[in-house]
Order: sequence, then structure tokens, then C-alpha cells
Amino acid sequence: MCTIVPISLTVGANRIVPTIAIPHPLGNPSLTLEEERDIRRNLVGRALRALETEVTEQTVFEK
Amino acid sequence: MKLELGYIFIKDIQFAETSKVENGTLYVNKEEVKALILEDQNFKSADVELAKPGESVRIMPVKDVIEPRVKVEGPGGIFPGMVSKVETVGSGKTNVLKGAAVVTTGKIVGFQEGIIDMTGPGAEYTPFSQLNNLVLVCEPIDSLKQHEHEKALRFAGYKVAMYLGELAKNMTPDQVDTFETPTLVEGIKMYPELPRVAYVCMLQSQGLMHDTYVYGVDAKQTISTLIYPTEMMDGAIVSGNCVSACDKNTTYHHLNNPVVHDLFAEHGKTLNFVGVIITNENVYLADKERSSNWSAKLAEYLGVDGVIVSEEGFGNPDTDLIMNCKKIENKGIKTVLITDEYAGRDGTSQSLADADVRANAVVTGGNANEVIELPPMDKIIGHVEVADVIAGGFDGSLHADGSITAELQVITGATNEMGFNKLSAR
Amino acid sequence: MLKVVHYINQFFANVGGEEMAHIPAELREGNVGPGLAFQQAFGDEAQIVATIVCGDSYFNENMEEAQKTIINMVKELQPDLFIAGPAFNAGRYGVACGTIAKAVKDQLNIPVLIGMYKENPGADMFKTSLYVVSTKNSAAGMRDAVKKMAPLALKLAKGEKIGASSEEGYMPNGIRKNFFDTERGSKRAVKMLLNKLVDKEFETEFPMPDFDRVAPNPAVKDITKAKIALVTSGGIVPKGNPDHIESSSASKYGKYDIDGVMDLTEATYETAHGGYDPVYANLDPDRVLPVDILREFEKQGKIGSLHRYFYTTVGNGTAVKSAKAFAAKFAQELKADGVDAVILTST
Repeated sequence: MCTIVPISLTVGANRIVPTIAIPHPLGNPSLTLEEERDIRRNLVGRALRALETEVTEQTVFEK
Repeated sequence: MKLELGYIFIKDIQFAETSKVENGTLYVNKEEVKALILEDQNFKSADVELAKPGESVRIMPVKDVIEPRVKVEGPGGIFPGMVSKVETVGSGKTNVLKGAAVVTTGKIVGFQEGIIDMTGPGAEYTPFSQLNNLVLVCEPIDSLKQHEHEKALRFAGYKVAMYLGELAKNMTPDQVDTFETPTLVEGIKMYPELPRVAYVCMLQSQGLMHDTYVYGVDAKQTISTLIYPTEMMDGAIVSGNCVSACDKNTTYHHLNNPVVHDLFAEHGKTLNFVGVIITNENVYLADKERSSNWSAKLAEYLGVDGVIVSEEGFGNPDTDLIMNCKKIENKGIKTVLITDEYAGRDGTSQSLADADVRANAVVTGGNANEVIELPPMDKIIGHVEVADVIAGGFDGSLHADGSITAELQVITGATNEMGFNKLSAR
Repeated sequence: MLKVVHYINQFFANVGGEEMAHIPAELREGNVGPGLAFQQAFGDEAQIVATIVCGDSYFNENMEEAQKTIINMVKELQPDLFIAGPAFNAGRYGVACGTIAKAVKDQLNIPVLIGMYKENPGADMFKTSLYVVSTKNSAAGMRDAVKKMAPLALKLAKGEKIGASSEEGYMPNGIRKNFFDTERGSKRAVKMLLNKLVDKEFETEFPMPDFDRVAPNPAVKDITKAKIALVTSGGIVPKGNPDHIESSSASKYGKYDIDGVMDLTEATYETAHGGYDPVYANLDPDRVLPVDILREFEKQGKIGSLHRYFYTTVGNGTAVKSAKAFAAKFAQELKADGVDAVILTST
């Protein structure tokens, strides 16, 4: 899970979930704590889905 | 736009009753400078020290280095939008106390602060060991938050630098250098046969503690834009950032941008230096994409044949660097990049976080991970105990005798990515 | 005086050309052929005590035998340095120089130096394991080669510190070394650009790295049964950074027990990372390491369990090589602990 997807692609990660921002990849301080948790839930859920998905090459899970 | 820089060469600095410049010596009234710093109620105490070339002095942790300058003729004042009114600067005449600098230190703000040694092996790596430095030791009140602390220090530095600069306002410079950038159309008419070259200057803008300001605007809230190189000489761009000491661009670097100076040196001879594109290094991917799209678009619009791109910092900014390179090269414009390296203490690791085949012309400021031994100094200005925690330091960096073993990262300006130094690596 | 043994082929020993390439290794006293130029360059600091002459075909066709013989000769002589070539663009000679020099270095622990043209196949084979001085492509470049090789040879023999490749004249060997160039970086950049603009030859100071690739692991069959571990390069550590992980260029990683921890809070965790604004991560470390959500998922049965330990380091100015070594180590632990999948967060 990373914000700067191009770096993850360059260094060779295979399952990539794009995140919010470098200092807070899994949060957004401009939102309420509950809204932030929603974002985080969604992103972690996406990471689990990525882990369950067969891939043959570097894949970015945009959604 | 035309600017005459008048250099008044400073060969010594001393405390005195009256602040003045005389026969190459900068005399400073300590109490006046202290009072200036303490105008800000965020500081509970301030001290002022001198550090001259060759002295057994270590300054740490260093936040910023600033060269004293003053507007003599033409609109605006130094540090427009920050301290002076937000007038367009970069034309007329400016006087410079060449060989002097203001250095800010005091309680550590963040990890990313550095060391300046005035003698010994460390001194070879920092250009600031060659200057007559007025060091401001500013101690914040207890409750001060990190970013307010950073801001207060930043302004203390500007104010004192401007105070010193004022001393040179009515002086006749020892040397005058003229820098002129014609309009795009005039430039093409003047040098139809010369290749057109621009400079893409990347500004660190990663967050509260990693920012650069352009006419008072936080660069992270800007989109890539154009600036006359002479505007930079009048302090239109200042450093507020705390990225690793070795490759942060201090305000001194922005005022004396070496790429600007070296392109001017060739202007009208081997190339036509059309101007500067400034672009940021933000923490959101969309910002990185947008900003690099714009720098490429501006380079195309200027009709240049080549650009030099300078980076600031490392890690994710390597991506901004590579994006700028790829997108500009894809417009058919040739690029040369200036970066530095994190190749590990033994030099065997990959040096950059991102890479691309189009980045085939790279200048390096050296490997910031290389380990250096800094012998003890007779005098410490600031706080030596932070040696273990600043970026580049590690558990046990500071030895009982006062010597320090650390990565080159800890030395202010050591691997500068504007190409300020001779240091390189192979 | 330092003792040097020199290795050359039949051609440079004036034995003959291709027709004499079959001759086996022989030991001669003192310097032979190009050894004279080396001896003059060494002055009275070093002496070539012996020269080993060997046919190129013989060496390459009887590699094991030839190496054994030559190693024994060198072992007898106990020199302070072994020098081979220069081989210029002679392929078999270059490979022979590299092979025998590497054997001397590895087996006898004697410093070695070889020289050849950059396109000699021996150059790519040996430039990362030996000091290979870059020479011209033919014997006409002998003077130039000796001029570069002799000073480096003396440094090696004396055990002195070796500078960067561009200073000492050896081929870049993948080990980055700092040195002070004659001009500042900005000036070098302007010069490089002027050359690039007119398609003149220029040399990048930093060739782009190659990043390795790994094949993707198969998908997790049933995530609701899986044990998931958290790993981060975002520097999240228990408050106070008990293991003193460096804010930049980390030399270590931390392994921390989160048994019973449902949520990372400002009071208990923080970031040690010196490369980003720490304010947000310090206020709520879940923004970097999502323990809160994984605990929620664990309770809801969306995952099997969250692994009891998380692994953390600071990915700020940390060499790729160090990061690789950390992961190689704790990946074994993760496997041994029966972890099925890892979520790695980075800042």
C-alpha cells in the first residue's frame, strides 16, 4: 500500500494499492475520525481483495 | 529583466558598539541583533555567536543559512512576500555582503538539521565553512509546536540578514556583476543560432516541515510556473524546509543558485538561457503528475532545446525528478538531471528510489550515506547531543571526546543537488 | 621494496603470435616485455621479481591446470602485488588476466591489478570483482596504460585507500565512492547539456540502476482463514522508539508485539521516520499502520487473524540493499510463524 505508485512499479511490487498521501497513506486529517476510518476500511479491504486476486504481472488495484 | 549585483567582500566579522561594514570587516552590535530576535515572543532566549573560517567551531543543529542582501535600486525589497511587500523583484541594483552569512540554530525542530564545521574534514564538505558567519542561537518557549518553532526561526534569520544587508545599502561595491534576461522574443532575435536552454528548479514542498516559499506562498500550493532568474537573487524563493541537511537547499543556495549562475556564464556564448521553471515536490501522487505535466508543458511552450533539472531531497522526490525527465524528454527536449545518491554506507546499493532509461545524463552530488569522522572541536555553538538523532546520525554517533561518526547526510549542504559543490561519486 | 609478479601472454613476451599461443606457463626472472615500462614507473618503490608467461590458447583450453601451476608459482614468490596485462582488446588474453588475477586474489589473498580495453569480454566479466584499469584498444596505448596502472598498483600493494573510479582510472565496479571533482556540479551539468544538445559524446555520472523483479505469489485461497501480518517502512514504533531506529538510513528494523492492542494511539505509538511531516502519523499512527481496521476485520471474521507482531523500519535514505537484508531475515520468521499474507504500508 503506497502513495507514490510509480516508485512501487519501479522497484517491482506485484500487488499495489494506491493510498492517500505520503505522511498519511491510510488517513486524511482534513476529515472527521469516522470518515477517516471509512477510508481506511475501504483501502484495507482493497488490499485484502488484492491478496485474493491471482496476478501474473505488476497490478495496481485502483478500485 | 536586468539586475546588477554589487558585491561587498567581507573578510572578517567582529562584534562592536555600532553595526557597520568597514574595510571588508562586518561589525555587529550583538545586543541589537538579540533584541531583533526576541521581538518574537516565541523565543525565551537568544544568543549571538561568531564562526569564522578555520576556527575550531562546530555549529549544530543548523536550520538555515542566509546571505545578507539589500535592494539599492529598483522595485521591492529582499524576501518579497515574506518580509518585504509582495513587489516583483529582480531588477535594478542589489548589494550583497559576499563572504558573510546568518546561520540559525538552537533547540532541534526536526530530525533534518545539520552540522557546519569551520575546520577539519567536515569543513571540506560544506561551503558555509568558508564564510564569516553570524550564528543565531534561538531557544523557543516550552509550549511551542514544531511548525511554529520552524516558522519563528525562519523569520529570525530573515530579519537579521536584512538588518545586516541594510548596512551595505549606501556602499560602493567592490565588484558589480550584471545579469539580464531578455524577453523570449528578444532573446530569440539576439541569439538565433544558439540552443535555447531553461532551468527546471524543483522545490521541496512535502509538508509543514518541508516547505519552500515563493513570494510568500507555500510552494506546495502552487502549480509549476515561470520566474526570472534575477528574482531568485533578490530572495523571491526562500527555504523553510527541514529535509536532510546534506541536500536541502538553504536560502543561501536559492540566492546564489549555481545553475542560474553557470547558465548565465554561458548565456549569449554557447547557449541562450531563457529562464527558470519552478515546480514543487508534493506528497500526493496527483500533485506530482500535475506539476510535472506543467513543467513539461512550460518547457515546450518556451520552445527550448534542453533543460537542466535540479532536485531537492531524496526518496519520493526521485519520482518527481524522473517524471519531469520523462515528460520533458517525451516533448523532444533534452534533459540533464542533478541529484545525489543514497547508495548505502558501503556504496553498493542502488542509489535512487526511481529510475528511467531516459535519465541518461545525470550529475551526482555524491553518496550521502558515506560515513565520515568529525573530530572534536574546541567550541560548540548549539546542541551537540542531537548528533545521534539527526538524519544521518545513529546510536553512538557522538563519542565521549566530542567527535562524531555519522553519514555525510548530517553536513549542511554536503551533497547539494543544485550542483553547488565539487563533490561527486562514481 | 615491494615485490611484484607480472603475468603476460606469449605475444607480449616476444615468444610469438597465434602460432605460439599453445605454450604452457613458464616462470622467468625479473621483468619481461611491458614489464620494463612498469619497472621504470615503479622506480625504487617496487620491483618486478618475476614474470609468468603463458600462451592464451593454453590458458583458456587448460584453465584448471594452468591456474594450479600459476598459483603455485605465485605462492612460492609471496609478492605484495600481482599484476596482469594490460590485455587491450585481446579477448582470450583479457579473460586469462582476469581469471588468474581473481584466483590469486581469492586463493592467496594478494592484491591484484589488471588492465584492458572496455570492450574486451574480460572487462564485463571481472570489473565488479577486480580493479580493471581501462586502457586503449591496442598495444599502441601501452604508455598510457602503464601511466594509469603503475600508481594504482603501488597504492594497492601498500594497502592505501583507493579513490573513486574516475580518479584512479579503473572501470566503475558498482561501488559508489565520493570524490571531489575539479568543477562544481552545476558547471558539469551545463557542460553535459551542451554536449547532449549537439549529440556529442557525454558520460553520465550515475548510470540508472536496474531493479530486480520477483514473480507474483499465488493468491490467498481464503482470506477469511488467513493470518495477516503488518509490515511498514513508515517508521511506526512504540512511543520513545525503544530500539533507536534511525530517522534516516536505518540500520535495523523493529519487531513489536501488538497482542491485545486494538488501536494505535498518540499516547502509545509514534513515527521514527525523518523523511515526512510526522504530525499526522504521531496524532494517529493507524494512518500509517492500520491496526484498528484489521482488528475490526478480525472480529467480523473478514480475516482469520492479525499476526501478533508487526515489523517496522524507516524507509528514509535507507539503502535498498539494507531493506532487502531486513526483509530476507524477517520473512523467514513470518513463514515460520505461519503467516499467510503481508500488508506492507509505505509513506
